Amino acid sequence: MELVASAIRLTVPILLASLGAVFSERGGVVNIGLEGIMIVGTFFGALGALKYGPAAGVAMAAAAGLALALLHAVVTITFHVDQIISGVALNMLAGGLTRFLSILLFGMATQSPGVPGFAPLSVPLLRDVPFLRPVASGISPLVVLAALAVVAAHLILTRTVFGLRLRAVGENPHAADTLGLNVYVLRYSGVLLSGVFAGVAGSYLAIEQGRHYFEGMTQGRGFIALAALIFGNWWPVGAAAASALFGFFDALSLRVVVTGVPYQFITALPYAVSILVLAGVVRRARPPAAAGRPYVKEEG
Amino acid sequence: MAAEPVIQLRDITKRFPGVVANDGVTVEVGRGEIHAVVGENGAGKSTLMKILYGLYRPDAGEILIRGRPVALDGPRHALHLGIGMVHQHFMLVPGFTVTENIILGSEPASHGRLDRARARAVVARLCQQFGFRLDPDAQVQTLSVGEQQRIEILKVLYRGAEILILDEPTAVLVPQEVEELFTNLRRLRADGKTILFISHKLDEVLAIADRITVLRRGRVVGTVAAGATKAALAEMMVGRPVLLALERSPAAPGELMLEAQDLTVADGDGRALVRGVSLAVRGGEIYAIAGVEGNGQSELVEALVGLRPLAGGRVLVGGAPVARHTVREARSRGVAHVPEDRHRRGLVLPMAVWENLILGHHRRRSFLRGPFLRMPAILEFGRQRVAEFDVRVPALRTPALALSGGNQQKLVLARELAFQPRVLIAAQPTRGLDIGATEFVRRQLLAARAEGRAVLLVSADLDEVLTLADRIGVMYNGRIAAEFAHGEATPAELGLYMVGTERKGREGAP
Repeated sequence: MELVASAIRLTVPILLASLGAVFSERGGVVNIGLEGIMIVGTFFGALGALKYGPAAGVAMAAAAGLALALLHAVVTITFHVDQIISGVALNMLAGGLTRFLSILLFGMATQSPGVPGFAPLSVPLLRDVPFLRPVASGISPLVVLAALAVVAAHLILTRTVFGLRLRAVGENPHAADTLGLNVYVLRYSGVLLSGVFAGVAGSYLAIEQGRHYFEGMTQGRGFIALAALIFGNWWPVGAAAASALFGFFDALSLRVVVTGVPYQFITALPYAVSILVLAGVVRRARPPAAAGRPYVKEEG
Repeated sequence: MAAEPVIQLRDITKRFPGVVANDGVTVEVGRGEIHAVVGENGAGKSTLMKILYGLYRPDAGEILIRGRPVALDGPRHALHLGIGMVHQHFMLVPGFTVTENIILGSEPASHGRLDRARARAVVARLCQQFGFRLDPDAQVQTLSVGEQQRIEILKVLYRGAEILILDEPTAVLVPQEVEELFTNLRRLRADGKTILFISHKLDEVLAIADRITVLRRGRVVGTVAAGATKAALAEMMVGRPVLLALERSPAAPGELMLEAQDLTVADGDGRALVRGVSLAVRGGEIYAIAGVEGNGQSELVEALVGLRPLAGGRVLVGGAPVARHTVREARSRGVAHVPEDRHRRGLVLPMAVWENLILGHHRRRSFLRGPFLRMPAILEFGRQRVAEFDVRVPALRTPALALSGGNQQKLVLARELAFQPRVLIAAQPTRGLDIGATEFVRRQLLAARAEGRAVLLVSADLDEVLTLADRIGVMYNGRIAAEFAHGEATPAELGLYMVGTERKGREGAP
């Protein structure tokens, strides 16, 4: 059960970021800048939590994520810049920006002072069962939020007008355009949502897991979230399941440190798993048809 | 004639840099009329329709809808006035269902929540009302082209269109689907809808339209009633009498020139696209492959000319197997190829006419002196080819992209038929060409046949297949589903094999 509890905690940041990726890519915009947005999320999460408490930290991280995603959206949707290039730029920008701000605001280049976290929740009755105690107590409110977000994302994509239109824009923007849909507005919303999700994912790392901001604390989870997106076939529930798998191996790698296998191999485990999974799964996966392709509206 | 004109286009003029696409065009269409607009490529049909759909604004002239002058400023406005366009290239989302595609953009919903049940009911009712055979829950990517077209029409009807513009709607359909489309259109007409039908296929226009307006070079040549003859229409379109029937000498099949034995071609994932195709073409014979696009014809051609690796089987030219499976080998053995995409594969568009003419022949001794090109010989060759094939070019150094489609195709033929090829493989050689150029290309195919060459023609145009071919193979799902001799099959029969409803047992045949 300890392992399960730890796996859940490690799943949450990947899951949140991959849900963001679902919205962005379903709308037709590849956002490999998620890693960078998460990094900014860790920084602003810690900053907000330090100044005004954990909820403010999450809100600030979400806002910062939104701002960075807006940059990606302007560059890729309005100016048709290659989405990969813009994403890479975003990742580089995030690294420099956080270091600069960290020196400015924390007086240290690579970490913040300790920050307060949320009061943990626990499930009455179940927490008294010794076997279940690890999973039934000490639950971060963000874990609950993430679980609800999966359901919400699924319903939004399948049951709402917005979801249908967003998916249409990711599959065939020309068709959507001829039906009077505003391709640009829809794509902007997808990308902005991804920024909010990735920002919150970052804040979870800083506020709930590290209780500090550390430089590089995302450890490539933004990229793993993209792997989860593909493995989950661009659906929220699938992405959640894939994130759980990666989270589990993450947890496993923390537990088997004591064996004779060199430490480096164990820590590489989650990444190795994502590569293997992708190698096996990418053939079958069906991305949104227009993902990655800028849409240039024809002049009448 | 039109008792109650719904659409009146008066003296519409639209200029583009260098051309007048529409020059004082006047067309009137009555309520409940099927009105065809015909003309060759570049006659201004599409421009006129785009003006009516609000995509272009006319430089002069007036549009009246139901008697009221309007200034259309976009498709939405047009739709608001009840004008809907059924595009030639379908605008559908492949992963969505029929219902989702139809409602997209004006979904039945409450507070942003999609009302799927209501959407489905609305679509089912539309299908029933107009007698469209369509499953509202089917995924678009699993549907045939004819069914996809029905979705496009329903999309427009769902939005309340009273006037439908159909842009070359039959170009992608097999004969049975054309029949069904026409039945549906007649039902819409009976329901009071007005239909504008753009086409260059005269038989179809004569079969469906109440009145026909002929455009040539941006001007209206005339508007005729349904009873007109095909020859008269063709003459109006082209501006001179056109020989619609080609003279075809009796068949004199010679030796086997091109053979495919149990040819199999796979895509990158190992899926078979061509499954064990065997065929043999003799000199002095045209063998035509008919079929709906995407049934392996393109891959078969690419395999025969060495562009695609074989997964199985072999190719024989002149009775001997082709040793190395490369384009160079095929060409040196006398296989000429008119590719289906002349812009991407037939020509190097930015390069000059003379350069395009020697591509593939550029290693010939007569063109080289050491590593250098012998320009005088090449230019002489170029002049002679251009003259023989009547390619209208200002100069040999003009880039190929400056030529019209017809002249580009003539250029490809001029190159491919140089140096006496044994085999000519022509894929969709008349696609997108106007009547004059089509006639020229078909004559060249017949001339090649008369000269004893083996001609393999791949075409989606059944008229072309039926008039030119000595033998016809229908390709469906990577196989030759049936073979017919000249005069043995009707278009309807070919159509049945093309969509896979009929199959002649040919598996296991050598």
